[in-house]
Amino acid sequence: MSQKHLHSIHVSHYKHTAGCATEVMPVPDVVKISMSQHIGAPCKPLVQKGDYVKVGQLIGDTDAFVSAPIHSSVSGTVTGIEEQRSAAGGMDTLVVIETDKKQEVYEGIKVPEAKDLPEFIKAIRESGLVGLGGASFPTHIKFNPKNLDEVHTLIVNAAECEPFITSDHRLMLEDTEDLISGCQLIMKYIGLDEGFIGIEENKMDAIEHINEVLAAKGITNIKTFKLQARYPKGAERVLIYEIAGKTMNAGELPAQHGVILSNVTTIAFVGQYFRTGMPLVSKRMTVDGDAVATPKNVIAPIGTMINDVIGFCGGYKEEPRKILMGGPMMGRAVFSDEMPIVKNNNAILAFSKAQSMVKEETACINCGRCHQACPFGLIPTALADAYAKRDAQALSDLKVMQCMECGSCSYICPARRPLGFTNKLGKAVVKEAGIK
Amino acid sequence: MDKKTYSNLVVSSAPHLVTNMDTTRIMLMVLIGLAPSFLVSIYVFGMRVIALTAVCIIASMFFEWAWNKLMHKTQTVGDLSAAVTGTLIAFNVPSGLPFWIAIVGCFVAIIVVKQLYGGMGKNIVNPAITARIVLFISFATEMTTWPLPRMAADATSTATPLGVLAEGGAELPSNMQMFLGFIGGSMGEVSAIALLIGGLFLIWKKIISPIIPCCFIGTVFVFALIYYGATGEGEALQMAIFHVLAGGVMLGAFFMATDYVTSPLLPMGKVIFGIGCGLLTMIIRLWGQYPEGVSFSILIMNCLTPLIENFCQKRLYGGAKKNEK
Repeated sequence: MSQKHLHSIHVSHYKHTAGCATEVMPVPDVVKISMSQHIGAPCKPLVQKGDYVKVGQLIGDTDAFVSAPIHSSVSGTVTGIEEQRSAAGGMDTLVVIETDKKQEVYEGIKVPEAKDLPEFIKAIRESGLVGLGGASFPTHIKFNPKNLDEVHTLIVNAAECEPFITSDHRLMLEDTEDLISGCQLIMKYIGLDEGFIGIEENKMDAIEHINEVLAAKGITNIKTFKLQARYPKGAERVLIYEIAGKTMNAGELPAQHGVILSNVTTIAFVGQYFRTGMPLVSKRMTVDGDAVATPKNVIAPIGTMINDVIGFCGGYKEEPRKILMGGPMMGRAVFSDEMPIVKNNNAILAFSKAQSMVKEETACINCGRCHQACPFGLIPTALADAYAKRDAQALSDLKVMQCMECGSCSYICPARRPLGFTNKLGKAVVKEAGIK
Repeated sequence: MDKKTYSNLVVSSAPHLVTNMDTTRIMLMVLIGLAPSFLVSIYVFGMRVIALTAVCIIASMFFEWAWNKLMHKTQTVGDLSAAVTGTLIAFNVPSGLPFWIAIVGCFVAIIVVKQLYGGMGKNIVNPAITARIVLFISFATEMTTWPLPRMAADATSTATPLGVLAEGGAELPSNMQMFLGFIGGSMGEVSAIALLIGGLFLIWKKIISPIIPCCFIGTVFVFALIYYGATGEGEALQMAIFHVLAGGVMLGAFFMATDYVTSPLLPMGKVIFGIGCGLLTMIIRLWGQYPEGVSFSILIMNCLTPLIENFCQKRLYGGAKKNEK
């Protein structure tokens, strides 16, 4: 099969922790569980100060369609409901739980059973599952496409193109059974013919391991798909182009192209949930960066503070100046290490001063590297000029809305211009002007 | 456990990594690409090549530094772009040129062409090319007094191959002599092989795209092939190779037409730009007043670059629908 490639860039992989088997972190003294861990309406806390909660117990929910319920990740006593500024800038409601370290499991936990798609979707919603690749879009909506008859392919996003992060890599090696059963469940209930697990070729051990397990089980309708080890191969629209051969525009859904696309962690969780019945209460993540003493892959309860997670990894080796939730290409810098882990965290990266400072911007030399790097062939320099004039029409004509903010242009720019961020601002200008 | 928290962290937009290829490194690569030709020039024209190049680099960097200092602008002399401009000016003049004339050229390039238009990245035309043309018109005698290459017979000055072609009076050098660079001409443009090595180095390092050099050189070759084939003024293939090797085609195609700032960014624009340079070069060489046309052709195409860019953007994105409501 001849494969078509979109433009991409080479970014050093820094996969230091690829060989680090995942360690389960002990329960911390206190967890703070956010009520807003998904795209959509935040949940309302269902518990009050003084309540005793157990692992897997529902503690936050809402009637809004685009949302996902929140469960307690620990057993212990609720000591308060706090408001805290989130990394995104808005206010966040946190349920603070002092743990008793017994990790008593909630009585209501049972392995779900589903006869048909509606029951499957209901179970997925009850599990609190959201897109764990980063977007945290509620999964029960994604798995329930309007054009059910037209979807035929499952694509598992296991590219893990972000530098540093190896949590998906470890998952593929350690939880292979859950991953494959998750694929099978989704394909069975939604009625998909074939599944592709897209993996970058810098994880050949994972590809070989999954192939062996698939062969041993005699599964032929799920295949691994080798991707180039380049950035950003793990972007939704890039995967749909390279694996399914379809061109997907911004604002379209994968289902419109006959594809259900989900992150490997999300799908493995489906397998795990239908095996154990435990909702989404803990998360595997890579802890790395030059300020961390012992980089590791850890499974931490949701709501654990960042500094507790780093404490488990030997603490700080030197003073951190920048801490990221997620990878260095698209992750979000947080202003404090007293932030709780949320469902979609796949990495905590702490960097020292030397690696944290924003490089000074110099003049554009029109070299065109940004255009060559852009997977969608946008012209970031032209977009930046249009943004400087706040020219919504020009921004729209130059297709700013197609930008997926992968940051390749900013990465490659020899003048250190924040082109990706400018595109983000440009999109806001177009939206404000109301241009379709 | 002693728990210390950090709540004054650096917050910036993603991505939090950048490539280590910055403007300074790009300019350094270009200087490395120019080195083979520099060495051949020293061999062909002697030690004055080193002195002239040093004068041009120092003068260019001084003007850049002084302008930024006087205008209270961020100091940009460290990005080495002025050093590249200085080197290219030295490459574009005869090696015997008086130093003060070379310094005038550097003033034109850095102050008039580059800084008055807003500095790095804002100039419309290539500073080194424009400086060459200004010197060529202002100091016609000095700029066309070609020092003898070391292999030549006894004489005090010589003519360039293109000069011979235009005015006659001597025998044309063989293509092999021109390929190696043992001919008269501007200091850094004589050796096609050295410029080719430097140019391929830049393409290999992905500093320049091969589109402009290929289109430029290809157009010159094909144009000459057709012209001489049709008119029978010389052996067509022989003359086509002659035109590619003669004058500033190699230097211009690899090192000056590819200047990022003054050439189109989109691949299609690069094709138009390269073909335009080649056509104009040949038109000036065959029918123009001057024997050489590379610098004029690049200057003209520099001026057309914004139009080419605009045209290609419209082609790429299907044009603006401004009149639709």
